Order: sequence, then structure tokens, then C-alpha cells
Amino acid sequence: MMAVAGAWRALKPVAFIAALLPLLGLIAALLQMGSASLGPNPVRELLHATGKESLNWLLITLLISPIREISGQWQWLTIRRMLGLWAFFYALLHLAVYVILELELDWSELTQEIIRRPFILVGLASLLALLPLAATSTQRMMRRLKKRWQQLHYLIYPATALAIWHYYWQVKADVLEPLVYASALVLLLSWRALQRSNAFGRLD
Amino acid sequence: MTRKRMSPRAGHILPSEITSERDYFDKPSPIARRDVLKTLGGGMLASLAAGSVTPATAATERTAKIAGVKPSSRYRLDDVNSWEDITTYNNFYEFGLDKSDPARNAGRMKVKPWSVEVTGEADKTGVFTLEDILRPHPLEERIYRFRCVEAWSRVVPWVGIPLADVLKRFDPNSRAKYVEFTTLMDPMQMPGQRRAVLDWPYVEGLRIDEAMHPLALLVVGVYGHWLPNQNGAPLRLIVPWKYGFKSVKSIVRIRFTARQPRTSWNLAASNEYGFYANVNPAVDHPRWSQAKERRIGQSFLAPRVDTLAFNGYADEVSSLYRGMDLRRFY
Ligand code: HEM
Repeated sequence: MMAVAGAWRALKPVAFIAALLPLLGLIAALLQMGSASLGPNPVRELLHATGKESLNWLLITLLISPIREISGQWQWLTIRRMLGLWAFFYALLHLAVYVILELELDWSELTQEIIRRPFILVGLASLLALLPLAATSTQRMMRRLKKRWQQLHYLIYPATALAIWHYYWQVKADVLEPLVYASALVLLLSWRALQRSNAFGRLD
Repeated sequence: MTRKRMSPRAGHILPSEITSERDYFDKPSPIARRDVLKTLGGGMLASLAAGSVTPATAATERTAKIAGVKPSSRYRLDDVNSWEDITTYNNFYEFGLDKSDPARNAGRMKVKPWSVEVTGEADKTGVFTLEDILRPHPLEERIYRFRCVEAWSRVVPWVGIPLADVLKRFDPNSRAKYVEFTTLMDPMQMPGQRRAVLDWPYVEGLRIDEAMHPLALLVVGVYGHWLPNQNGAPLRLIVPWKYGFKSVKSIVRIRFTARQPRTSWNLAASNEYGFYANVNPAVDHPRWSQAKERRIGQSFLAPRVDTLAFNGYADEVSSLYRGMDLRRFY
């Protein structure tokens, strides 16, 4: 029993480090430590890696509820907000790489790109949908918003859908990967829908 | 190295002749090189990075040196990209979709023996061995800018033959208005062809006057060495004023035709990739601007540079397109 309790205590730091590792990896590659490298086109690599990490952590965040339900262990919920925040953090990095390194802070070009490229607009919409979630992720906001907090945080589903759409749209030829992400999201959504119809009225 | 060192006064010299081979290949660019900090770090973070980030810079094997390459006097450029930049970052979907896949997977392609089928509107058609095709021609080193449609670019010292010199030997007839080039089709050797990402085999084409233009090069080598497989060994096209996807790799068939060839990327997305695909900063790809390009092999802090009309070769090639609306024929 003690050992089990200890294991649950480790969950949060372990999850934190797991989400931190890709960032450390990118930093190491950026500084060309050892054999780590971003290759000959580092900005493109950073842009893609941060976009991918953001999407990955969004989906992992969405996976927490099913894991909780299936395992019957409420402790899983203790890492959900943190993982969502990591997803938001990687999305901010993604945007920062784009605006600072790719566009070199050329604001008129940024405006042009948002207007001209629907996939950028969709990415921006995804980020904007995540923004209120990050802003209300504190304990205080949770208590203040009560039931509405949960309702607000269902925004993670459209945000993820928009991110996948954004990904799908910028692929040159092979849409397999974005389709895999889309299927994962559909599965998660169906699971959620099933839960709700099984236990009507129960909100978690 | 059997070639004699020329004195700098002799005029045009290969970079390999003025520097040691090592420096030739690992020429540091003026902006921070990747190697600079490599020695500083190491250890744990680096191995972490290997998991999440493509270790794209694994040194690739050098192919054999080509003897008797003449440096072109006309096509010289500074700031040539490193061997590594050129051979570890490739779009060659036959070997995978990641830029680092071709360097990893192309080794299994068998490029010897190699033959090319010449068909269509020409008098001397047939199947020719690579040696037959190359034999009469002196090999020339030309340093060209290379501009990918994805808005990155590099500067590459190719070794090849003017395409026109080779094509003329097949005596194309007056109905030959276009030339079509086809890449090897063999899913056993080219794992990327097992999935229908494009309609295999890869096909590209040029109008006959484009193909006969002295800038168009049939390439067999890079940096004075035979082409590595990931760069399109043993025979590829380089059309420096067009986006890279026009420069078809590992060519097995050349067809002279009266009709405009149905080319792979154009078939896949005709609104994104035109038949002409001339480098043009004024005409965007629907999803990104073509006004600027990122020179690869530079620090992540290096700014993009302006893309030049016809990739800097406008003086030489713009007359091919006189009177054409380049927005329509992109
Ligand atoms: C203002 C917001 C955003 C902008 C301006 C933006 C911009 C971009 C750009 C320029 C690319 C690369 C396109 C290319 O290489 O041609 C990209 C790729 C991508 N973005 Fe975003 N993005 C935004 C928001 C997001 C968000 C919120 C997510 C995820 C939650 C995301 C996930 C991705 C993914 C997964 C890719 C593809 C990565 C790959 O191909 O490996 N983006 N984005």
C-alpha cells in the first residue's frame, strides 16, 4: 500500500519530466550538444517539432479521462491540467518560432500570411481556443467558475480538431499522419459520447 | 588524387584543388556552423535529443571521386553548401517523406549497371547504358543555386553535361516539342513507392527549347564525386531556374513527345505545382510565399534572403518565356 501511494506521488513529477524532455531535446539540438542537431534547416525543424509536440500533448491530455475511467484511479486527474498547459506552452513556442525565427518579426508579413493562408488562420484559431483554458487553469479560477469551468474546458476538443485540420492542410502529399491524429480524436470523442449516454447527467 | 594541383594563376580551379579534401567538404560557412558547439555539450541532453529530433547530420559516405572534371568558368558561386547539407537533406519521396529518409534508405538502390531507354519522337531511340550516354562528353563542374519549391535553397557544385549535348545525339525530330523524364520504378529498391503518395513512377518534363538551353544539366556527380544515391544517382537532371521538383532523379527513361507530359506534382496538385515551375518570387504557392527563401546550412538566427526571378538566371532564360503570362503558367 505504501509503495502504491509512493508511486502515485511520483506521477506528477514523472509526467512533468516527460513533457519537459522534448523541450530539453530541442534545446540540446539547438546548441548542437554531442551528436544532437536540428539538421541543415533548423528553423523548419523547430517549427515542425513544436507543432507536433503541442498536438501530441493535447491528445495525451484528452487521454487522461479515459485512462481514469478505465483504471478507476482518480489520481490520473492530478496531471491533466499540467499536461494541457504543456500543450499550450509548446503551441506558444511554435508561434514564437514562426513569428521570430521564420518571419523575423515582420508584422506586415504576419498579417498577410494570416489573411492569405487559411491553414495559418486555422492554427491561430486553435491557439485562441486554447488561450482561455490556459488563463483559467488555476485552482482559483476553477473554484470561481465551478460548473462553467468544465464547460469552458470542453474547448480543448475544438482546439485539437482545429490543430489537426491545420496540420492536415499544410501537408504536401502524404496525409496519413494527420489522418491518424484525426482518428485518435474521433475515438476519444466517441468514447466521451458513450460515457455520457451511459451515465447521463454525470459530469466530470 | 591523381589530378595535378594547378597554380591559382591558371584561372579556374576546383575548390578541391585549392584546399585539402577535408576542407573542401566541410567548408565552414561565414555564419555559425553546426559543428561549433558540438564539442561543448555532449552527454545526456544530446542523447535525449536524438529521440525527438532527427539526427539529420549523420555523416554520409563519400562516393568515389570522378577523374578529369573540368570546372566551368562561367558558373562559379561562393558560399557553396557543405557535402553534408547536400546529402542529408533531400526530397526524394521514393525513399521516404522525411528529408533525412533518402540518406538513410537510398543505399539499397542498385545504380550499376544502369541503362536509359530513349523513346518517342527521335531517330536514334533505344536502350543505352549509362556509359554509352556519358562516353563522348567531357564532365564539367558547375556551381548552381538550387531552390526548392518549399522555400529553402542551397548552392551546389554539380558535375554533369549540358543536357542539350546528350539530347542532340538522339536526333529528335520536328514533332519533338517536349521531353519527358521518368525515374526508376521499383518498390523493392524504393520503399517509398509502396505507398501511393504520388502516382509512381515520378515523371517530369520540359519544353524542348528549355531542355536544349545550355543551363540545363544532366548530372552525375556533386563536389567532384559520383552522385550519392539520395541525390538521384546515377543520372539526374538539374534545371537551375526551376523549382527543385523539376530536376528529376535516377532517370531511366527519356521520351521525346509532341504533347506536354503529365508530370507527377502537377498531377497531384495542379493548383500548387505548375508544369513550368519557374522560380518566381512574385507568384506564391497557395500555402506559402515564394518571395524569400531560407539558405540551409546556416544558424537558426540567419535571416531569409530574397528569392531571385528565375533563381538568378533571368538574363539567360527569360527569353524562353517572352510573351507568356508567368502568373498563369506558373
Ligand atoms: C497562430 C498560430 C499558428 C501558426 C502561425 C502556425 C504556423 C505553422 C506553420 C508555418 C507550420 C509549418 C508549415 C510548413 O512547414 O509548411 C505549422 C505546422 C504545424 N503546426 Fe502550426 N501554427 C499555429 C498554431 C498551431 C497550433 C495551436 C498547433 C497545435 C496545437 C499547431 C500544430 C502544428 C503541426 C502539428 C504542424 C505540422 C508539423 C509537422 O509537419 O511535423 N499549430 N504551423
